Amino acid sequence: MAQQVKQQPVRLSVGGMSCAGCVATVENALRAVPGVAEANVNFAEHTALVKGSAPVVALVQAITTAGYEAAELTADDDGSEKEAAEFAYYRSLLRRAGVAALVGAPLFVAGLLGLLPPLDSFTGRLFWLFAGVATLAVLIYSGGHFFTGAAKSFLAHHANMDTLIAMGTGSAWLYSLAVVIQPRLVPTLAQHAYFDAAAVIIALINFGSALEMRARGRTSEAIKRLISLRPKTARVVRNGEEIDVPIEDVGVDETLRVRPGERIAVDGIVIDGHSSVDESMLTGEPLPVAKQGGDEVVGGTVNVSGSFLFQARRIGSQTVLAQIVEMVRQAQSNKPAIGRLADRVSAVFVPSVLIIAALTLLIWLHLYPDPSYALVACMTVLIIACPCALGLATPMSIMVGVGKAAEYGVLIRNGEALQQSGRLTTVVVDKTGTVTSGKPTVTTVISLGQWPESQLLGLAAAVEAGSEHPLAAAVLDAFRASNPAHGDSDITAVAQDFEAISGHGVQARVDGQQVWFGNQRLMEMQGIDCQEVTAQLHQLAGEARTPVLLAIDKQLAGIIAVADPVKPDSRAAIRRMHDIGLRVVMITGDHQATADAVAAQVGIDEVLADVLPQHKADRVADLQQRGEVVAMVGDGINDAPALARSNVGFAIGSGTDVAIESADITLMRGSLHGVVDALQISRATLANIYQNLFGAFFYNALGIPVAAGILYPLAGVMLNPMLAGAAMALSSLTVVSNANRLRLYKVSGTGQQE
Amino acid sequence: MQGVMGFMLVLDALVVAVIVFIIWWFWLYKPKAVRSGNSAAAVEVLVADGTYTPARIEHTRGQPLLLRFLRRDPSPCAEKVLFTDLDISADLPLEQPVDVLIPAQTPAGEYGFSCQMQMYRGTLVVK
Repeated sequence: MAQQVKQQPVRLSVGGMSCAGCVATVENALRAVPGVAEANVNFAEHTALVKGSAPVVALVQAITTAGYEAAELTADDDGSEKEAAEFAYYRSLLRRAGVAALVGAPLFVAGLLGLLPPLDSFTGRLFWLFAGVATLAVLIYSGGHFFTGAAKSFLAHHANMDTLIAMGTGSAWLYSLAVVIQPRLVPTLAQHAYFDAAAVIIALINFGSALEMRARGRTSEAIKRLISLRPKTARVVRNGEEIDVPIEDVGVDETLRVRPGERIAVDGIVIDGHSSVDESMLTGEPLPVAKQGGDEVVGGTVNVSGSFLFQARRIGSQTVLAQIVEMVRQAQSNKPAIGRLADRVSAVFVPSVLIIAALTLLIWLHLYPDPSYALVACMTVLIIACPCALGLATPMSIMVGVGKAAEYGVLIRNGEALQQSGRLTTVVVDKTGTVTSGKPTVTTVISLGQWPESQLLGLAAAVEAGSEHPLAAAVLDAFRASNPAHGDSDITAVAQDFEAISGHGVQARVDGQQVWFGNQRLMEMQGIDCQEVTAQLHQLAGEARTPVLLAIDKQLAGIIAVADPVKPDSRAAIRRMHDIGLRVVMITGDHQATADAVAAQVGIDEVLADVLPQHKADRVADLQQRGEVVAMVGDGINDAPALARSNVGFAIGSGTDVAIESADITLMRGSLHGVVDALQISRATLANIYQNLFGAFFYNALGIPVAAGILYPLAGVMLNPMLAGAAMALSSLTVVSNANRLRLYKVSGTGQQE
Repeated sequence: MQGVMGFMLVLDALVVAVIVFIIWWFWLYKPKAVRSGNSAAAVEVLVADGTYTPARIEHTRGQPLLLRFLRRDPSPCAEKVLFTDLDISADLPLEQPVDVLIPAQTPAGEYGFSCQMQMYRGTLVVK
């Protein structure tokens, strides 16, 4: 087979090459891979061109082992080639169905009207012989693929749908031919030819496959939509000139221009200009996001207003968009446990049907003198049995459900997460960065003495300028906001002898004054009396604010309160969780009072406060002990153990870190609404899978006995094998169409207007 | 009458034989496996006419295994190959070889691989 495989040169994007010396390292690594004939690295483009027969995975691995990153650069894979191939196949299926119908339908209709000659005359037999030959031509032209498939599978000890169709139509044809050539073989009653049945069944099944193929195409629409977000060209600044180049030619670190209304080509960092960018297609976030120098932009999103320059940081398969596409693709081919059950059934399905058909034949021959009944029953069993509906039930729904979730900025890693999401009873949310924005801000400055509030903030900023505490950032931001004229240098210049007192605060000398900035404990350690402000401190804590005391020369000067504001949509999202019957638990390392205050603001059911990060997983386990099925929502980094411990781990992404390993589900939009969207879509998808599986099982469980003739002793009717063919073609189509119904699903109360 | 009875007996025996044959041929028989050679070369798997060729691949634990799938069947059934228990899957475009890497640390055992609908079926045996 080796010589049949097309050997095309592979183009790889290589990341992490900082110097020309890296070129040789990468080239040598590539040349060491067996099968590589030639490897050339282009340092300017950060690409490698490899010729030979080595597999791409081995090349990527070689580069990764050498300490760099690599990914295959594929020529614009927008799926058009695949679509064209599928359309050609669709046309060929329709053609086959048409040809088969051309032979089968007239025979069938004429038979119904009693226009066909009987078998006992010479001309009659001649006519039937001719019909048999025409049907054979149909079996070869329109049904040939069933027969070759059946034969090859048989030799490989497999039985599949081809086996059933080939056996069913083949036996009908053989029996009919035998009757035509030697009618005396069977009793007079049984002298009937079934050429029309064979041809019509082949027509119906081909037609059904064609329709099914069309319906299947729609199940992968989500992926197509994502792929179409990637623009074909980009405007690159080279040698001071702006030129349009194909997107495959954009290299890492190149500067790109984006004009209003244009789609951003690759991922990068804004270096000049400012604008607002619509990221809704990736994150589901409805409002445009403001971008200025230093901000990250993501390929595939749309620049709304201004024009800006940005530097490319990730290209090709490393972009967020490409990773999303890959993740959705992977998840779409994944199966939850419920689907594996169907797989086990379908694995033994076809041989079981063959056995049932053989037994049907035997029983009919024993009970009834007319062998044509036995044949019809046996043939109908073979034709009506539909392993495809069973096999299609889960994957089709997963395809649509996972794609649907991606539309809402919800990336589901695997099918198991989907199934577990449908069973959740409790959602545990991390406080900081999940319920709240995770960026503390100064909310209140209270002066206790002669110093005006602005001066207090200035002193605090001076003291905190050297600190890396999140509190410091809040104070500095507040100071800058109130004094736009000041730069960083103005603040740091005046603080001396800075000292951090771990867990309590900081001290420094500013303009000859000794300044302490920290908690009550710090003040008490310095012998500063805090009695008079105790009530104020409690009140602030009760409002979810963290009070920090400022003392100047051993005298209490003021209180600066800092709070991590609740995200504007957290309350609405938690209400939606309650609406679908979930308990919401908040977990945090904060004090009980602060946590309770936040909980009261957003409507949390239970608060687990003072929990150290390393104990969060234990708390999740405690809830599971109580019999709850627990989702954990966190930032994916600090909460990794708890995410892993939970039944379904949700990582709230910042919009760019797509593949968070510890999470089962990544939310592109930094909002709790994503959790509810994910749960609603999961439930709808699971319900769809159950409908499909029930339909497929029920269809086979009902259809096979009826086909075997179980109704004959009761009602005196036999199922027409052509009807069985139509039923079988319809059953897979029904499954695919039902899965497509999911495309229309809308989550309730998305809160996007809030 | 005797003749008809005899005929039916022969028929019964025949059908029972066919059933036994079905059970043996499709369920009990293990097809001859293709052993993966040295780790550098890929094992090529042809996807055509409803079967993977080879359909049973044996591999020694501790080495990565590269499977190169080549899809010849235009039917959409063949468009994906799934190793459900290994959480590995790949899209198979028509007439384009696609490499699937089975990691070296895959524990010993039998892993089925199939298309989405289980019509194409194969087994990977890691020893």
